[in-house]
Amino acid sequence: MEWLQQLINGISLGSIYALIALGYTMVYGIIKLINFAHGDVFMIGAFVGFYAVTSWQMSFFPALIIAMVLCAILGVVIERLAYKRLRNSTRIAALITAIGVSLLIEYVTIYIRGAQPEAYPKDLVANKQINLFGADISSQSLLILGVSITLMILLQFIVHKTKVGKAMRAVSHDAEAAKLMGINVDNTISATFAIGSALAGAAGVIFGLYYTKIDPLMGVIPGMKAFVAAVLGGIGSIPGAMTGGMILGVIETIVSAVGFSLWRDAAAFIILIIILIFRPAGIFGKNTREKV
Amino acid sequence: MKKSKVFWIYTVLALVVYAVVQFMITSGQLDAYYTNLMITILINISLAVSLHLVIGITGQFSIGHAGFLAVGAYISAMCTMNFNMPFIVSLIIGALAAAVMGFLIGMPTLRLRGDYLAIATLGFAEIIRITFLNWEFVGGASGFQVDQQTTWTFAFFATLVTIIVISNFTKSRHGRACIAVREDEIAADSMGINTTFYKVIAFVIGAFFAGLAGGLFSHNFYIILPSQFGFLKSFDILIYVVLGGLGSMSGAIIAATLLTIISQYLQEFPETRMIIYSLVLIIVMLYRPSGLMGTKEITDIFKTKKQRKPVAKGED
Repeated sequence: MEWLQQLINGISLGSIYALIALGYTMVYGIIKLINFAHGDVFMIGAFVGFYAVTSWQMSFFPALIIAMVLCAILGVVIERLAYKRLRNSTRIAALITAIGVSLLIEYVTIYIRGAQPEAYPKDLVANKQINLFGADISSQSLLILGVSITLMILLQFIVHKTKVGKAMRAVSHDAEAAKLMGINVDNTISATFAIGSALAGAAGVIFGLYYTKIDPLMGVIPGMKAFVAAVLGGIGSIPGAMTGGMILGVIETIVSAVGFSLWRDAAAFIILIIILIFRPAGIFGKNTREKV
Repeated sequence: MKKSKVFWIYTVLALVVYAVVQFMITSGQLDAYYTNLMITILINISLAVSLHLVIGITGQFSIGHAGFLAVGAYISAMCTMNFNMPFIVSLIIGALAAAVMGFLIGMPTLRLRGDYLAIATLGFAEIIRITFLNWEFVGGASGFQVDQQTTWTFAFFATLVTIIVISNFTKSRHGRACIAVREDEIAADSMGINTTFYKVIAFVIGAFFAGLAGGLFSHNFYIILPSQFGFLKSFDILIYVVLGGLGSMSGAIIAATLLTIISQYLQEFPETRMIIYSLVLIIVMLYRPSGLMGTKEITDIFKTKKQRKPVAKGED
């Protein structure tokens, strides 16, 4: 039952991508900006979790929550300081600023604490092998899966059942009209950044737990892959980001399992290019026509 | 007739600069350190100018320029090291290989717009890098040893050709078509401009000269590594173009020169350098999104006196 094990591994990896991809897709849906700094918020989340566990002797769940809270604050600060002024400027200017913010976060982190990697403690959560239909599944991957699915259900609840969620959907549909209806667009955008960044922070802690090693530049590649996942699912669509992340995780695991582990990173970009050529709107996206 | 006169004045001026520096190198007034700095500046100028054609003139936001640099660097190094070709031939082969790569990448991705194009080009540059990383024939991750062959003369004339070709292309009918694509793609399309053709042409020319710079780059230092052509290299080239002003070639040249000198002095402190770069990028985008020069050229300053013919540049 090798394949079942690989499938579970792929889904655990995919749920990390999915959590990051949700932030990309929500921000893109609301202000049409690829937030390049999102991968670095994920990195900050991993480090906050690490320091919470090692320096403040917290257990896994408090560390997860503190990482989410600090990342949410960081996301709002980035939005308020850098992106808010750029809402009416060109797309290229906004994109370049996002790249700038991303590099700033990376290199300020290196400047403060050095570039050396850190390792999450192994015994943070008890790791048992559970035998299921002949496949050895670690309890850690089940925990990861459980946490990510809980967070996604929570997100669905926030987006569909609360007032903030309703405002977010309204702003992403038509910001001008939402403003006329009395919705505070600025606060809604900040809330989107806060939620997206909190999910990225959670993904960071989970990533640290699963892969142990974290370093200041770890956000770049998962960030880009999560973006691929968001495009794969249809950017702007929340279920799309979840599905896209899972599919990408499974494909990457398959690519490594059949012996092309060095090409694993290329797989994501090849998928991206194929999807952009054949179905640029993604799996769940709608085709939009360009208006003059 | 007047235009060609201006062209010859600049060419003669460039040759004078070349002769002076060459004299200083042969007479030993510029030591190896400064000669190397001059060559690095020239390579970065070629890269900035070739990306300027894609981003500044045609308005296609490509952030994978280091991929073409890598193709030119590796292919030309392979030609000299494995097939014993003369340096100049391998430079041209490297550039052609990069141009072919630009065509192959440009055809599918240039149908995309803005953000998607940026990510797709970034993805392609990563795929190119990973390919070289996994290719044992060129040394893989441990690097590829290359003889030092780039001289001031080679670097200077390669850069001069880059600048002349790209500035003449910009002023030509095709260059104006590219500018029309940048200003408004749908409007350009409806005026009968084959937008895909011009986007691909600009992309291929940009890739060709990036590949040429790649050949100079690989033969300038004894070893090349796949990690030299990562996202940060693309970003370095991007910042020259953005800081100089999107659409200004002289802006790109000035920014490339200044930033190369600055980064040479900040080599001891790579983190500080990146923090300064990223802060500069954010601040320029927030307060002066058109870059330092906007779409103006430095030669426009001299033109204000006798403005008989408004030349087609960015402002039309």
